[in-house]
Amino acid sequence: MKIFATYNIKGGVGKTATAVNLGYLAAKDGYRVLLWDLDPQGAASYLFRIKPRVKGGGKALIKGTKSIDSAIKGTDFDGLELLPADFTYRNLDLLLDAAKRPARRLAALLAPLKGEYDVVFLDCPPSISLLSESVLHAADLLLVPLIPTTLSVRTLDQLTEFMSGFNGHRPDVLAFFSMVDRRKRLHTQIAADLPAQRPDFAATAIPALSVIEQMSVQRAPVTAFSPRSQAARQYGNLWQEARERAGLTG
Amino acid sequence: MREFALDGEARADTDVPAALAGRVTLNGSVAWANGGRARTSRRNWLDTFDWRLYRAGLTLEQAASRGQTELLLTGRDGNLLASEVLGAGRRPRWPSLVSQLPAGPLRELVEPVAGVRALGPVVRASSKVAQLRAMNDDAKTVARLDIDYMSVTFPERAAVPARLSLTPVRGYAGVTDRIGCAITEVPGFSSARGSALESALAAVGLRAGDLAGKTTAVQLSPSMPAAAALATVLTALLDSLEANVPGTIRDIDTEFLHDLRIAVRRTRSVLKLCGRALPAGLASGFRPEFRWLGDLTTPTRDLDVYLLGYARMTAGLVAASPADLGPFQDYLTRSRAVQYRGLAAGLRSARFSRLTTSWRAALDDVRPARKRPTVAQFASARISAAQRRALQAGQLISAASPPESLHELRKRCKELRYLLEMFGSLHDPAQRWQAVKELKALQDCLGAFQDAEVQRAEIRAFASQLLADRGVPAETLLAMGEIAAGLAVAQREARHEFDGRFADFASPASQARLTELTRTDGRTRTAGV
Repeated sequence: MKIFATYNIKGGVGKTATAVNLGYLAAKDGYRVLLWDLDPQGAASYLFRIKPRVKGGGKALIKGTKSIDSAIKGTDFDGLELLPADFTYRNLDLLLDAAKRPARRLAALLAPLKGEYDVVFLDCPPSISLLSESVLHAADLLLVPLIPTTLSVRTLDQLTEFMSGFNGHRPDVLAFFSMVDRRKRLHTQIAADLPAQRPDFAATAIPALSVIEQMSVQRAPVTAFSPRSQAARQYGNLWQEARERAGLTG
Repeated sequence: MREFALDGEARADTDVPAALAGRVTLNGSVAWANGGRARTSRRNWLDTFDWRLYRAGLTLEQAASRGQTELLLTGRDGNLLASEVLGAGRRPRWPSLVSQLPAGPLRELVEPVAGVRALGPVVRASSKVAQLRAMNDDAKTVARLDIDYMSVTFPERAAVPARLSLTPVRGYAGVTDRIGCAITEVPGFSSARGSALESALAAVGLRAGDLAGKTTAVQLSPSMPAAAALATVLTALLDSLEANVPGTIRDIDTEFLHDLRIAVRRTRSVLKLCGRALPAGLASGFRPEFRWLGDLTTPTRDLDVYLLGYARMTAGLVAASPADLGPFQDYLTRSRAVQYRGLAAGLRSARFSRLTTSWRAALDDVRPARKRPTVAQFASARISAAQRRALQAGQLISAASPPESLHELRKRCKELRYLLEMFGSLHDPAQRWQAVKELKALQDCLGAFQDAEVQRAEIRAFASQLLADRGVPAETLLAMGEIAAGLAVAQREARHEFDGRFADFASPASQARLTELTRTDGRTRTAGV
């Protein structure tokens, strides 16, 4: 089982869109996929038309009084299942803090699902917190969407630096540019230069396209409702890079 | 998964989506959407001739769809136990022995159940499965409804009313249950009462598990005139005999011949033991012909027994190696091929055809002139006499008795057993089971003794034949000698065991249980009352 996490300290950069589309593409490739919507805003749950509610809330999941297994819902797409968001996830930091080995807690919760899923996507809320630390410890590959600006790149460096202090497991990082606006010279320049210079950058960039915004209207991944669109093609390319980077075979 | 069927009155071409539209409601109306392109498949259900898989709660289906053929093994609840994709070069030609299936978990599950019996098609159908999605008020799919429009293509063509299966999307079992209940409220729909296999069979008037001529399934009424009851039993045996002829001629598996022989042997026993209750001349007229038929089948069956037991035989070798017996196995296989040709010719002959035709006509003509004896009275007298004869034959056996005496006793025991089975429907099953326990144990012991006796003699004959036919390696003869020695040991053990087994059978308690079965003072089960 490979665990991918879409992560960025900033919000509105395309984390959920990435998790939803790559999750859909992974399932389409025949992998058994679970997407865990960790963001209390529940955007991924909304996109899959699933109520953002977990019986017993985040507390029951983190404490282990309710199994993750029983909270999972099937999406409308074969092979793709979702662990919905819950508004109580806003307190996950506190709940983790009360748990034993909080930074390793997410990995421990996911371990029993090894036989059931090939791929897990963790869609993280924008923050740097105990939850993010637990996600970083659980993930095999961190997918970091970045708006092509100098400051964004700096946050990636800060993240890499933060992880260099980890003992033991450290996720691989694959950053990529998201919401690239072709009309902005700085966007196109950074998006063209950096991937060639840095090995932790994907060659694929996701452009800012209205069809991606349409996802919230269609309530489905763009790769499902508009599979021939440029957006879908780019997510397809990004998925290819991500799966190769994670060493997924088959 | 929950399954539904259209009621008996429904037409096979009922438009299910139209029938359900607007009629399944929860809080609001459940919306149904098309779940994609309909899938078509060719389905071929397989079982042994005597339904071993079905009786063990297994269903084996070969399904071909979208260029892929696979075998699917399901359990009693329709849960998938194993599957095997059959590549172009791996598709067995049915009927086929289980050993011809690709090695894997599916074969491992089927093998112990089917045993030596071949698997063949019991019914074939083509299915067109359309899918509907049931959606909640968020337009989220909560369940999938597969609608299977099936038509049977073998053994004859027939349409099957659509079958529906409702599967919850994970996490939506509760709402799916409610949808399922709502579907059964829609006029024309009800919970399915059987599997797809059973529906397909029902469409052509068949039932899973039905077996031609099973004598234990023959229901006799105690007050029937004996002659009429015997004609019923003999007709069932003739049905069984005839049902096994095509499989024997095609040499599908060894058990067709085995079952055919059982039908012949039982017919001969009825004619011998009960012939006098039949119209004059009937038994004496047909006994020689059934003897001919029995003799026709013996050589092939004897060789089958050797070949079926060959692996066990070689596994028991201590001094010789299994490879030493290679020429012996070749000899058995060759001899079997020769004998089988004779058997098949006999079963295709005019003589055999005359026998079965005239025998059926004769049985159809049995019109008892007298109501007495009733079958209950007659069965009671015959079973008592057979019980007495078996007891006497056994009591004559001493340590010095020759093997023939044990063989005689074995025959008497067989006769008693046949009578108990033939008239089984007149007795309480639990009481009969208790009554035959010791008899069965004695029969097993006598069987082991006699089989060893016969096989020892045959091994000697085979060895002489091998020597006469062509040069045979010394190792082979030595290995055959070791097998003969093993048989002698087994025979001695069976002989040693015999005294105890017979004492159990002859014990007052055991005899009393048998006698109890033969009482006609109202304790005999009154079938059909």
